[in-house]
Parts: sequence; C-alpha cells; structure tokens
Amino acid sequence: MLQKNSMTPSNKEIEDKETVIEFRNVSKHFPGSRFAAVNRLNLKIREGEFITILGSSGCGKTTLLKLVNRLYEPDEGEILLFGEPIHKKNPVELRRGIGYVIQQIGLFPHMTIEENVAVVPNLLKWEKKKVANRVDELLSLVGLDPDEYKKRYPSQLSGGQQQRVGLARALAVEPKIMLLDEPFGALDAITRTVLQEELVKIHQGLQKTFLFVTHDINEAIKLGSRVIVMNEGRILQFATPKEIVQNPKDPFVEQLIRSAREQEKLWEELL
Amino acid sequence: MEVWMKIQMYFQNNLSEYLVCVREHLVISLLSFLVAACIGIPFGYLCVTNKKTEKYVMGFFQILRIIPSLAILILLIPVMGVGVKPAMTALVILAIPPVLMNTAAGFSEVPEFMIETAAGLGMTGKQIFWKVRFPQALPMILAGMKTALVEIIASAAIAAKIGAGGLGGIIMTGLSLNRTDLLLIGGISVALMSLAAGLLFYQAEKIILKYKYV
Repeated sequence: MLQKNSMTPSNKEIEDKETVIEFRNVSKHFPGSRFAAVNRLNLKIREGEFITILGSSGCGKTTLLKLVNRLYEPDEGEILLFGEPIHKKNPVELRRGIGYVIQQIGLFPHMTIEENVAVVPNLLKWEKKKVANRVDELLSLVGLDPDEYKKRYPSQLSGGQQQRVGLARALAVEPKIMLLDEPFGALDAITRTVLQEELVKIHQGLQKTFLFVTHDINEAIKLGSRVIVMNEGRILQFATPKEIVQNPKDPFVEQLIRSAREQEKLWEELL
Repeated sequence: MEVWMKIQMYFQNNLSEYLVCVREHLVISLLSFLVAACIGIPFGYLCVTNKKTEKYVMGFFQILRIIPSLAILILLIPVMGVGVKPAMTALVILAIPPVLMNTAAGFSEVPEFMIETAAGLGMTGKQIFWKVRFPQALPMILAGMKTALVEIIASAAIAAKIGAGGLGGIIMTGLSLNRTDLLLIGGISVALMSLAAGLLFYQAEKIILKYKYV
C-alpha cells in the first residue's frame, strides 16, 4: 500500500511558514524548441515543504530545478531564495548551499565513497577530523555502514547504494534546500520503495525544503506534501496530493489521475 | 653458436661503449617523450574545448605523422643539420598524435552529467577541471603516453642515421660490416627497452588509477 508522507499540511500552516523559493514571472526558452521550457512561472515554496514536480519528459520540470541552482539562467523574471534574488549571488557560493541529486547519480569514479561524500566539506576547507566525523554521520544517515563502505569505490556498489551515497554527498554541508532530479528513476521497484521511505524520514528529521522531480504520479503523490503538475512549461496545478486527486483542475491532470487509476484496476483484476 | 660467442666477446670488450649507447638512447627517447607530452596534452585539451581548432590541429599532426620518420630526418638536415636536434624533432612529431588524440578522446568522454553534478555541488571551473575532468581523462591520456613512449624507443634507432647516437649506432655498424652479432645486440636491446617502458607504464597505472584495479 502507498504510505503517505504524513506531513501533509493544511493551507493555513503553509501560509505561516517563511518563503524559501520564489519564482517571479520566470521564463526559459531553449533555441529550436516549440514552446518555452518554463513559461512565465510564478511560484512560492515555503520552508520545510516536500514539493514533488510531476510531468512527462520534456515538460520543463528539470529546467525548473536547474534554474534554482543556476545551472540554467532564466530569459525573463527572477528567482528569490530566502527573499534574495539569486542572480545577484555568486553561483558557486549559491550551489554550495543547495543539495543536488540526479538520476545518473554522478559519483566521481576515481574517488572513494568517503572522498565523494567529503567533496563539498573539502571545498569549504573543513578540518580533517570534522570531515571524517561528518562522513561517518552521513553514511549512517543514509543507511550505509561507514566502516564497511567508506574505503570502497563507486563501481563496487550497487545502484541503490550509489544513490544513497549521492544523497549523503548532497546533504554534506546541511543545505537548506535539496534539489532531486528523478533520483530513483533508474532503480528497481523494491530498492526505489525502500529509498522513498528513507527519503521521507530524512526529510522529516532534517526539516529542509525538498524539490523532487519525477514523472511517476505514484511517487509524486506518495512523497509530496504539495505537488506541482507541469506540462509544456506551465504549472497546471500546485496543490496537496489530496486536492489534486479530488479536484483536478485541468484536463491533463485529470488524464494523469485516470491513467494511474486504470493501472491500479489492472492490478485488482489480477488479484 | 658462433654468433653467441661473438656477442659474449662484444660485451667483454665493449661493455662501457654499449652502456653509453643505452644511455644516449634513453636520453633521446625520454626527452622526445617529454616534449611530445608537453605539446600533445595541451593541444589535445584544446581540441575538446574549441571544436574549430580541432579540425586544424588534428589534421596538421595527422599529416605530419604520415610522413615517414626517416624522410623527416632527411628533410630536417638542411634546416637543423645533423645530430640530436633533428632526431628528436622527428621523434616528437611521431609521438604527438597518439598523445594528442587520446587526450582529446579522454576529455570528450567525460559525461556531461558528471560535469554538471560537479558544478551543482559548487565547484569552480578550475576545481571541475582538476578534480573531475582531468582525473577522468587520465586513463586515456596515460594510454596515449604509453603508445608514444614505446614508439619513440623503437624509432630512436634511426637517430643514429644522422649521428645522434644511441643503440641505432650498433645496428648501423652491424649493417655496414655485415655482423649478425651487432644487429642482434642492437635490435634486441631496443626491443627490450620498449617492452620495459610498456611494463613500467602498466605498473604506474596500477598505482595512479587504483580505482580501476579494485
């Protein structure tokens, strides 16, 4: 059964929290593409939310994510983090304060697990002892025994274990915001479920703001405290999972939910 | 049997001369190798960062490589005279393409998502280069360097043709005096040296690229 992220807040609770990420009329258009990847987007995300961004491939969800850590620059509009426009900040400094996890994981193959997790602390020139302690702490947090794994290389780990390390690396310097771009997309169903549940636990334990991109409606609804449904660069609906399922505001959203329901029916027929 | 005796005789009487030849051969080879690496690696990297230069740089060195080393040596005589300089030039030209092409291939094979992840973590351009791109291109660069060194050692024998010394000298003498023993001594020494260079690289790779051997 789907185990819901129990943090689903009421609208009142959302309103009370500080705004962490704000998009003001943001557009991004890639040359040669039919529509803007992100089209005059307005958006407010509050502290501690777990936002899932749902859409089919090419809908602009990854672009939205990469605009936040300035891997892409918007053509129009501005993005604010904690009330400050990000285009005025040094991109390197900005990114060190934002965790980033992608589907391909991107562990550095020539570095041990320990060195991979310690990348950002080392960039910030932390003391050796402090780095070592942090690595142990992080590996334990993502469910890997530090003594067993820290001296290994990424190629010696399974896909699921590698993504745990990817998560640990992104969390290393306590970023207030985590960007996750289909982090479990390449994992098998069982590993994915386990990691989804652990991610929810990590989120609740740390009180960070998560932005999680996925094309899987079940994943979006299971993990998100609020869900953004995107299509062709626009937000079709931004609401709690319950609201989206009960009152889909757009034919596309309705269709998404219907297709998920039909899949469910298929299961029931087989039982 | 007779040849074997003669070889023994040679080493009894000319050991110091032989060692001088070995040293000369090594020095010419290593110097050419270093120069080739110093030119090949930066230009290889340039080929990746600037696609326009790629065509010209690659084309230029490919054409140079087609010209036989011996022809280059003789063509260089009017410009540089005889001796070590033209010999090294010919060897450098021979050795640049493998280093250059492997460097270019090594850098272009670093996946885009890896570079983006590094940037996403907050690395500066310089840090991305030294911590991610270069280490990941290194296996290919080392492979190119190995090819280059082995080719240089084998080809350095022709340097003797224009008076640059080395083991080629023993081979040349053997040819002109029709002495099999000298040909064998020169030829086998060069072959062994090439092999040793290859082995040395293999051992070095095992240490430098530890993660590939776990």
